[in-house]
Amino acid sequence: MEVLDRYESIVDDFEAFTAACERPLPSAVRVNTIKTTVERARAALDAEDVAYDPVDWYPGLLKLPDDQPGTNWPYFHGWIYGQEEVSAVPAEVLAPEPGERVWDACAAPGSKTSQLAALMDDEGVVVATDSNLGRLSALRSNAERLGVTNVAVTHEDARNHSLKPFDGAEYDRALVDVPCSCEGTIRKNPDALDDWEYDHVKGISGVQKGVLRRAVQATRAGGTVVYSTCTFAPEENEAVLDYVLDAEDCRLVDFEIPLDSVPGITEWPGGEDGAGGADGAGSDESDDGPREFDPSVEKAKRIYPHLNDTGGFFCAKLEVEG
Amino acid sequence: MSRESTRFDRVPATDAERPDDDSEQVTREEILVFWEDRYGVPRSVFADHTFWERGAGKIWIFRGDAPSPVDIEGLGMTFLRTRQEHWKPTTDAVQRFGGHADQRVIHLDDDQAATFVAGEDQEITDWDGDWGYLVVTHDLVGESEPMGVGLYLYGELRSQVPKGRQREL
Ligand SMILES: C[S@@+](CC[C@H](N)C(=O)[O-])C[C@H]1O[C@@H](n2cnc3c(N)ncnc32)[C@H](O)[C@@H]1O
Repeated sequence: MEVLDRYESIVDDFEAFTAACERPLPSAVRVNTIKTTVERARAALDAEDVAYDPVDWYPGLLKLPDDQPGTNWPYFHGWIYGQEEVSAVPAEVLAPEPGERVWDACAAPGSKTSQLAALMDDEGVVVATDSNLGRLSALRSNAERLGVTNVAVTHEDARNHSLKPFDGAEYDRALVDVPCSCEGTIRKNPDALDDWEYDHVKGISGVQKGVLRRAVQATRAGGTVVYSTCTFAPEENEAVLDYVLDAEDCRLVDFEIPLDSVPGITEWPGGEDGAGGADGAGSDESDDGPREFDPSVEKAKRIYPHLNDTGGFFCAKLEVEG
Repeated sequence: MSRESTRFDRVPATDAERPDDDSEQVTREEILVFWEDRYGVPRSVFADHTFWERGAGKIWIFRGDAPSPVDIEGLGMTFLRTRQEHWKPTTDAVQRFGGHADQRVIHLDDDQAATFVAGEDQEITDWDGDWGYLVVTHDLVGESEPMGVGLYLYGELRSQVPKGRQREL
């Protein structure tokens, strides 16, 4: 658990935080309203004696204390999809409307793609992009099982996303659910931190900046972009926002979520151990030394595992300007 | 391994728009007639969808429209296999749209449904409807729900549920 020690200075009640990170997380499912209703899905789980606890803030999000979602009738019919509670947050924040054009920049295996499609009543289009063909094939079969027909799938590096297939049409909204160091998934996947490397954190932050930047460019003025990760590292969260605020015409906006969270941080000591970079020569951009971020990154939300008994998550909402 | 083509062509509306050099080219009209005549699915069900062909005969269904041809990894969902003597709907198409069917629908009891979803063939003696690809349904919490496609021949229902979708329930 030493990796997480780097966050001692930014997490209140650090003991509760680490204790929560060590508790396993039960699985959860989201009811797919493209194919059924919440009532019918619940009745079908009842009929098979699958116990569930509804999550109060999202109709159709059900925790399964004793079961895995994969082998029951409602699963076969595409009525339910395995998805963790915090993972349902960013699509809610993006709040797409039926008929809109939406880009899901890092989409595989499609949890949020299919959730976006359901929020849109399967009307309009979700362009789902990923750079990994194997994961895209999982996305396709998930979307098909759920009966999604408004998704268009592209295989490319999201940093260079092309609008050409749809004649250059811009998006109303974009979801940027980037690849990350996944620290917040430790409760579901106890090995999540085994391969943690500071260099990886810094490297992936470059990809995250590139994808978020492309999303802002591809979204129309007045449109919304949501940025999310399942990690605590400020290098992958606030630092990415700080970069795009500088590089593109956009601003962070306030939003509400039904889960407890804390604001994004504006200061980070930096370094592998979170206690300040040793190398004095580090420029601001190296992410090694102490950093100060644009004050508006406070509008972003950090969800720690001990706050709501969930996985860890980070979410920010941006409005595209100019 | 060679990759599947990523070119999607919108299916022409009618014969009049069919290219001269491809008399096998399926039209939107033929697809609508197929679902209506065989399964009783009204054409209005597909009013907001476009049909696309990728590779020979594989039809996809997409909510909305796109420029044609479009080079893309996926467009909506796989829907229907054409350019063969007996057209074959996909499992996922039947699950999504088969609830509108009222012909060539075979309803299974719980044991038969489990056999079907496990991908196994089974004898069914009391079917006196047409042979060929049927919409297969069962009761789930009090309503009939489509599970997929079965091929009915010589007193036997052959499950067409693809491997990855099969389950022991
Ligand atoms: C956190 S996962 C996305 C999860 C997904 N949004 C969901 O809800 O199911 C990140 C994804 O980004 C993809 N990815 C990594 N680098 C990428 C890039 N440069 N462009 C597009 N996708 C990328 C990975 O293959 C991975 O599938």
